[in-house]
Amino acid sequence: MSVLSAAFVTVFIATVIAQAMPLLLASVGETIGEQAGVLNLGIEGVMLIGAFSGFVVTLATGNFWLGMLAGAVGGVIANLAMLVLNVWLGLNQIVIGLAITLIGEGLTSVLYLQNYSKSSTSLGTAPELHIPFLADIPVVGPAIFQQSGIFWVSLLLAIAVGFFLAKTNWGLSIRSAGQKPSSLDAAGGSVVKIRSQAVILGGAFVGFGGAYLAELTTATFTPFITNGLGFIAIVITMLSRGRIVFVVITSFVYGLAVAIGPALQVLGFAVPADVIKMLPFIVVILTLIIFARSSVVPPALGAPYTRGAR
Amino acid sequence: MTPSTAPDVISLRDITKAFPGVVANDHISLDIVSGQVHCLLGENGAGKSTLISILAGMQQPDAGTISINGVPAAITSPKAAVDYGIGVVHQHSTLVPAFTVLENLMLGETGLMMQKKRAAERLDELSELLGAQIDPHALAADLGLGQQQQVEIAKAIWKGSRLLVLDEPTSMLTPQAIENLSESVARVKAQGLAVVFITHKLREAYAMGDCVTVLRGGRNVGHISVEELATYSEQQAQDAILRAMFGDDLKTVGAEDAAELAGATESTREIRSIDLATRPVRLELLGVSSHGHGRDVEVDDVALQVHEGEILGVAGIDGHGQGALAEVVAGQRSASSGTVRFDGKDVTRLGVRGRQQLGLRYVTDDRLHEGTVGSMSVALNLVIKRIGQRPFWRFGQIQNKAVDQEAARLIAEYDIRTPSPATRAGTLSGGNIQKILLARELTHGARLVVVNKPTYGLDLKTVQLVREILIDFASNGGSVLLLSTDLDELVELSHRIEVISRGRIVGSVTNDGPGTAEKVGHYMTGAIEGVQA
Ligand SMILES: Nc1ncnc2c1ncn2[C@@H]1O[C@H](COP(=O)(O)OP(=O)(O)OP(=O)(O)O)[C@@H](O)[C@H]1O
Ligand SMILES: [Mg+2]
Repeated sequence: MSVLSAAFVTVFIATVIAQAMPLLLASVGETIGEQAGVLNLGIEGVMLIGAFSGFVVTLATGNFWLGMLAGAVGGVIANLAMLVLNVWLGLNQIVIGLAITLIGEGLTSVLYLQNYSKSSTSLGTAPELHIPFLADIPVVGPAIFQQSGIFWVSLLLAIAVGFFLAKTNWGLSIRSAGQKPSSLDAAGGSVVKIRSQAVILGGAFVGFGGAYLAELTTATFTPFITNGLGFIAIVITMLSRGRIVFVVITSFVYGLAVAIGPALQVLGFAVPADVIKMLPFIVVILTLIIFARSSVVPPALGAPYTRGAR
Repeated sequence: MTPSTAPDVISLRDITKAFPGVVANDHISLDIVSGQVHCLLGENGAGKSTLISILAGMQQPDAGTISINGVPAAITSPKAAVDYGIGVVHQHSTLVPAFTVLENLMLGETGLMMQKKRAAERLDELSELLGAQIDPHALAADLGLGQQQQVEIAKAIWKGSRLLVLDEPTSMLTPQAIENLSESVARVKAQGLAVVFITHKLREAYAMGDCVTVLRGGRNVGHISVEELATYSEQQAQDAILRAMFGDDLKTVGAEDAAELAGATESTREIRSIDLATRPVRLELLGVSSHGHGRDVEVDDVALQVHEGEILGVAGIDGHGQGALAEVVAGQRSASSGTVRFDGKDVTRLGVRGRQQLGLRYVTDDRLHEGTVGSMSVALNLVIKRIGQRPFWRFGQIQNKAVDQEAARLIAEYDIRTPSPATRAGTLSGGNIQKILLARELTHGARLVVVNKPTYGLDLKTVQLVREILIDFASNGGSVLLLSTDLDELVELSHRIEVISRGRIVGSVTNDGPGTAEKVGHYMTGAIEGVQA
């Protein structure tokens, strides 16, 4: 196979996108929460629940859009635990987060093994959206401009979040809830309301990301399908300091790292399979070492807020 | 700000609020009238900030009512307070450091989009009212304390169209900034707003206030009405206020000290003079430049000496490197060049703990975050610097009895007002938190103590107490490096005064009689205008 054969490059680019998108969506969701001061360590579990919900609905209905929606709803439901126990009752975020992860892992595995382990579970491919003219560009066209409409909607949603965080009063309130909730309170805002909104919206994004993983990246569900992706999202969120642009960039760097290993193998380089598996994590660790010194988390991250407490 | 014929009256009736172990407000009644500055005075822990929090909707009273022009007002949340037109500058800053000035001002606005342009215009208007120019795009963290204060006030006026509450706005300001503030307050008052003004300085109360209410132990113990205050001389007003504030305690103080408490007399040096030539040098900095990673001003090529038994003052406008100087001496910030010597020994590379054990102590000006652990008990905060040491720790076990004994001793000696040694330190009033710091740092083998703004926010008596503690410490052979923005304090306590500006020492004055303040002021202004004296 020629090194730069059109088909090869096309597949490569498509793989990068497929690997990057779930992480991107999950990181956006985590960013919304963290900016508001809620650290959700349950993201791994929330993603799994989103992935499983999406998978079940799409398998049953054959509709990918409905599946994505189900994923988002699943994410919100999973995050309700954080909403009630932390935002409303002020319990410890870390404990709740780990519990959500464990529950998500256990629940989805059991349900999957009970119901789907013996039948065919492939979802097939989602309908593609051919963008006029652009889709006809050689190499890039099929890779980028013949994606499912879900890809475009996801990107748009991520950009919209970036815009809302930076430009609207709602975004300002979200950020202040993570910086100094007492300031938001004193200014007449409601910390509980803002954090609730952030947790719900964040859950929707994370669940959406999970569903993307099941439906578009792998086209199926398997237990523990996320394989630590949620924790990588936490890292990316912290590195990006609330800037959605950075979330997008780092997610694609991760996608690149995942895609490059198999590509090298195809090209005939004898790269050990273990190294290929490790590569994305090495990239993440390297990024951490280089940039993490400047990772700045919101000062009030993880701290429940009670008015007037000293 | 609508001009109305009859003045607005906000009436507080029998406001009562108890916290575990204290009744912070005990049936307080008072009227706040538009177009007047109502001064609220009282010692640390008297309940002033609590009353303000209730007005601001941050706390709910256990009992009592608030009404506006006779109509009951339910201030159930800060939002409700904003809706009633009550704007508050809280004692502890509510600015978000990572936000720009504009973002801070817009916080709490409703409507979808941030209206930056409108906010900037509004800030312009307010700047005029406040008599201050503030860069709207600067980060709050980058502003000096005085400017932060102005932003807070602008924000409060923004929200408050009826009442403006200022809780100790002057505690961190320079005389010039206080002058500006008092002009701003006068303008706000002329607009028809009511103003509640809290301060510990009687001079300010007399100069700015139209009427005065004094709190003690949570009760309203004295009110000077507008008519009375107008007929009083400054002296009479002070007497009346002091009598209400301290009651019978005042007799033990004596008339002369009372006047001094009030800051009425011109400040003069209080310490005995010493012959520096015969005293060994305890602390010496040689060409020290500091290196931190904040946005702070660093010290640059600083040289100074503190002798045994000497109080060396460092004067300067806030934020000109005082923090860096204190930390580089305490060992919290590393020196990028130069030498720090303590008792003749080079300690430049020694860490905080090592210097502490040599007897070098540091009382930070960030008493809330750096100085104390709010969620821990007063007793533990008092011994926290001696973790792992006998008799408080044995074999890794904390010895509660020893800790409690030591705590009880320090609480009595420094008159710390706390419901009990087990109370969480964070719940104490600002002044009492400061006493915890001083008590902790000045005991147990202290040889030199660096104190940064030791008396800001303290009540008159506590200020006096702290100054006496420092003087005693020095006359018993201890050394003090006193960083302060309060010129009166420096003149009262220091043997010599160095002037710091933009991280450099720009002048040195020996405190030997009248005229010291002028000389220091001269160096300060000279440095600002760039004319080296
Ligand atoms: N949130 C709280 N929890 C527990 N105790 C509190 C709380 N707020 C205030 N107190 C207590 O109420 C009393 C009054 O405190 P307050 O802050 O109102 O005093 P203050 O007059 O403002 O003093 P200062 O001049 O030092 O600021 C103090 O004894 C304080 O310990
Ligand atoms: Mg107070």
